[in-house]
Amino acid sequence: MHLADGEVPQEYLHYTGRKISAIIGGVILLILLLILSISVGAVWIPPAEVATALVSGLIERVSGLLNLSFPNPFAGQVTQMNDSIIWNIRLPQALAGIAAGLGLSVAGVAMQSILRNPLGSPYTLGISNAAAFGAAFAVMILGAGTMQSTGTSVNISNPYITTISAFAFALLATFVILGISKIRRASPEVMVLAGVALGSLFTAGTMFLQYFADDTQLAAMVFWTFGDLGRASWNELPIIAIPVILAAVYFYFNSWNYNAIDAGDETAKGLGVNVERIRLVGMLLASMVTAIVVAFLGVIGFVGLVCPHMVRRVIGDDHRFLIPGSCVAGAVLLLAADTVARVMLAPHILPVAILTAFMGAPVFLYLLVRGYARY
Amino acid sequence: MEFSVENGQIVSIMGPNGVGKTTLLKCMNAILRPKAGSVMVGDDDVLTLEQLEIAKRIGYVPQRCETGRLTAFDAILLGRRPYIRWKVTEHDLKLVDAAIKRLCLQDLSLRFIDEMSGGELQKVSIARALVQEPRVLLLDEPTSSLDLRNQIEIMDTVREAVTTHDVAAVLTMHDLNTALRYSDRFIFLKGGTIYAAGGSEIVTPEVIAAVYGVPVEVETHRGFPLVIPAI
Repeated sequence: MHLADGEVPQEYLHYTGRKISAIIGGVILLILLLILSISVGAVWIPPAEVATALVSGLIERVSGLLNLSFPNPFAGQVTQMNDSIIWNIRLPQALAGIAAGLGLSVAGVAMQSILRNPLGSPYTLGISNAAAFGAAFAVMILGAGTMQSTGTSVNISNPYITTISAFAFALLATFVILGISKIRRASPEVMVLAGVALGSLFTAGTMFLQYFADDTQLAAMVFWTFGDLGRASWNELPIIAIPVILAAVYFYFNSWNYNAIDAGDETAKGLGVNVERIRLVGMLLASMVTAIVVAFLGVIGFVGLVCPHMVRRVIGDDHRFLIPGSCVAGAVLLLAADTVARVMLAPHILPVAILTAFMGAPVFLYLLVRGYARY
Repeated sequence: MEFSVENGQIVSIMGPNGVGKTTLLKCMNAILRPKAGSVMVGDDDVLTLEQLEIAKRIGYVPQRCETGRLTAFDAILLGRRPYIRWKVTEHDLKLVDAAIKRLCLQDLSLRFIDEMSGGELQKVSIARALVQEPRVLLLDEPTSSLDLRNQIEIMDTVREAVTTHDVAAVLTMHDLNTALRYSDRFIFLKGGTIYAAGGSEIVTPEVIAAVYGVPVEVETHRGFPLVIPAI
């Protein structure tokens, strides 16, 4: 081929540079929001003190881990109580918000490309309905449902059985859809329709259980479906965060493949993309991330649907930028929603899912009015 | 059926709707895997190669290309996907820039492809196939849905690409007269096999009448054969 007269196009590099700046801006916003989110709550801790506590605590933990003694210029600047509020209560909740928002949002981007459908989201395939059924099943049949009322909030007495059961049913739904897709050569239509069918099935199952549940069981079932970041502590955090990060890295490495699939299956195959395998693996990972987040934190709607669409508006459909952009936007939105949820009706803490839906629904309606033509 | 294509040649596959022109084209770069047979590019049987290796040898331009919020530059850069390991290199960017110049798309380079006309989009698709640096170009109905001017521009582009890059091009065509004007050789399909193949000498009223079931006259106009329905 003789395409030797090309130059590196400066204009194009400026264009991609702007997208990278937007993503970096998002990361900075996320860090500031993290500090603010830790500051607010029943006890106000000034942001500067939060930042000091975070840096100082990080230095101590890293040197403890490596068995070295780094000098810590911030030692003793934060009171014991504030330090323990920051590190034991608010930081794990904020990090869980970041991990869950990132995971749901990146799963949404992948689903929208895999399913060739702008309404694709982590919940399109009925995973959350299956998880909700699993939770209801645990409450009713496995006896995890004796609920304690402790003042302002209610707790499920045995959250671990509930979580495991929710996760098991989410996985079951995933594998049924994977199996069907495998038989039908992974066409997007089959995946969407199978997901909708399965979602309805599990919803009906949940309603069946709810109909026969007593008052406390019913309350526990409904309460479980409210997404709540407060359920995460340092123990749960790595179980949520590690799969989310691995999936995000996988999706990012496949950016070119998603761009190719967006150009049409035939074009993608002509470019050497194994479309069926990319679809199946992508769907498996997106479903796993969804299952983990839903099982631990409950149903948190709209982040996965809306964040990718907001990012598309700003930096376009190129997955090289859309995927990292959506990760940041998902983390920012969920962390912001959680922060607002904690202060809006203080001392009452609203479940975060209510706020994400309040913020997400108008955007969703706007997308419906705008139509399918092109996101 | 068996046929061969030389470098620097344009071969048009023709025949009635549903005879399997597009299917044949898709089998040639293993988008569809044929049950039997082989497709040789040089010494390699394409059907035994990995999809990625095929993409380095054969560029495919489908009939219709999906659009999105992607600039023309990004859409063409996608053609480098078989070569991109992790990062886009300077070489990739230069190739795309050259292809844009070759197809006179400079003014559109940072426009979004979902705001483009059919002709512009077709050029982007061809540019994408060119930056794949293939040895064979497959084009499925490159001129259907284009106006007269765009038809000529696209076919001139294909002609130029084939000549200057010394690649072979296989096209499926419905428009007999456009095909006659730009192709070196013709393959007429009928009933799942090759009914006739060869240079312009095989384009006779008898062959076309037999393939399409329509009586025609073939005249010569300005040195190009011209097919006119005789009804």
